[in-house]
Amino acid sequence: MSAVAARDGVATEIPTTLAGRLTHVVTRSSVRVVVVVVALLWLIPSLGLLITSFRSRAASSQHGWWELWEGGFTLDNYDQVLNSSGLPPPGFADNFVNTVIISVPATIFPIAVAAVAAYAFAWLDFRCRDWIFLGVVTLMIVPLQVTWVPVLKIFNSLDLTGSFTGIWLAHTAYGLPFAIFLLRNFMAEIPRDLVESARVDGASNLRIFTTMILPLSMPAIASLGIFQFVWVWNDLMNAIVFLQTPEKFPLTVGIRNLLGQYGNEFNLLAAGTFISMVVPIIVFFTLQRFFVRGLTAGAVKG
Amino acid sequence: MWPVIRTVHYSLYKGSIIRPTREFVGLDNYKRLLTGDPAFLQTEWPAWSALFNSAVWVVLFTGGVIAMGLLVAVLTDKVRYERLPKVVVFMPIVISFTAASVVFRLVYATNPDIGLLNAARQALGLDPYAWLGEESTANLAIIVAGIWVWTSLAMTILAAAYKALPEEVHEAASIDGANSWQTFWRVSLPQMKGPLIVVAVTMIINALKAIDLVLVMTGGGPGFSSRIVGFTVYWEIFTNNKAGYGSAAAVVLLILMVPLMWWQMRQIRRAGVG
Repeated sequence: MSAVAARDGVATEIPTTLAGRLTHVVTRSSVRVVVVVVALLWLIPSLGLLITSFRSRAASSQHGWWELWEGGFTLDNYDQVLNSSGLPPPGFADNFVNTVIISVPATIFPIAVAAVAAYAFAWLDFRCRDWIFLGVVTLMIVPLQVTWVPVLKIFNSLDLTGSFTGIWLAHTAYGLPFAIFLLRNFMAEIPRDLVESARVDGASNLRIFTTMILPLSMPAIASLGIFQFVWVWNDLMNAIVFLQTPEKFPLTVGIRNLLGQYGNEFNLLAAGTFISMVVPIIVFFTLQRFFVRGLTAGAVKG
Repeated sequence: MWPVIRTVHYSLYKGSIIRPTREFVGLDNYKRLLTGDPAFLQTEWPAWSALFNSAVWVVLFTGGVIAMGLLVAVLTDKVRYERLPKVVVFMPIVISFTAASVVFRLVYATNPDIGLLNAARQALGLDPYAWLGEESTANLAIIVAGIWVWTSLAMTILAAAYKALPEEVHEAASIDGANSWQTFWRVSLPQMKGPLIVVAVTMIINALKAIDLVLVMTGGGPGFSSRIVGFTVYWEIFTNNKAGYGSAAAVVLLILMVPLMWWQMRQIRRAGVG
């Protein structure tokens, strides 16, 4: 009974008997309690880090962050992490710049390539098309770890290891299977009549692609772009494996360096970590719907 | 595909990243991985070693993510401020695994004036405990962080599936006298079988691929007690500079993935391609 009522959004049917009413009230309030407890469990860890990032070194090492009234708040940690962290060069501020340099092309490249490939898989006929597509999709599952040594060897021979070009290429290659999968499925939904009639009118594939398919696919491209951007921004492993040059390391590696340098000085660690989180969090709150769509598309529809 | 084949090839050699094919050793790497490397597979209890830990990840991480995702998806559907708890649970997936690792290193910090968990232990009169510094809990503590990160995705998929269930079924069930608990287990859950399997497969893949959290939270330690297969690949190739041995671990990882790949191909073909 209560299940039905609640699923309508408002509790309309209140049971009439006393026992029924009691059960109803107990169920509803225990549901609320559980929801609040779970939300707190998820919130508290990051909240602790956020508060720690605004506390002095003394306060954060002598009083738990939950003792808010002890020691006051300060922005010094952010200042120190960005300007005088004592980290090996390039330091945290440059890590931030590097992350931007890595992320933007590493988002644009795979999407550009995937859009063309997805068009081919969706609307062109060639031999073994569907089998090749299946192969590409299977690559989505292959763990990065399996590809490291061979790819590094190729990179070494082309002098790409340690260059931004190398990491752009790596992110492009690793992002492509999912990008093609998502865009192809979206493009395949575009009504056949539309494409066919353009072909009858003599439009070339290039024309159909640029004037019809691309504009119609913008929602999917936006989802993919935001997802890929956040993914690359947050990447640690590709940076460690393929960049190898400290001057070019992104924020994630910067945080690892902070951990190595400051171990348990969580006030500094927290400030650094939050600096790395700002951009993804802004992206999430402004473009939430696209991000969620990009994320869930990764789980193959059952 | 090419790199995959090369990795299988390299796994038969002894070598470094610069020269992966220094010396042909046949299947020796595999033999050593599976029978002679306690860091990879330890048969005596306590068995905290890479392959065993990965199995624990697959079971506890996948189970935990599904349970929490389902709980949040279904319960938030019943409260008025549905969006707020959902946003809170969703947030961790937006930040990097590196950031999540720092978040949990703070939670687990041994000093009760820093780490919340040990402050709680102290309040209960217990001694501080190094969650990440003890062999018996390091792996489990990382899995908890993993669940914290990935519940978001499970919640999103399962909430959509739950909302898509037809109303009539629930009405019929409750008219027949089923309470909401029974309705959930006997009616809603079986109808969500498809999405549940999708989430399970996705999470098993994530569990096997995982590496960042381990690398940043414990570096595989203490000893090798929180290593997982995906981490061993990194460790052997880059820290130990044993490209061949690491490649063999990578191939083991790939073999563990084969059933999942097969399943996914079947799903996609059924959805109308190929």
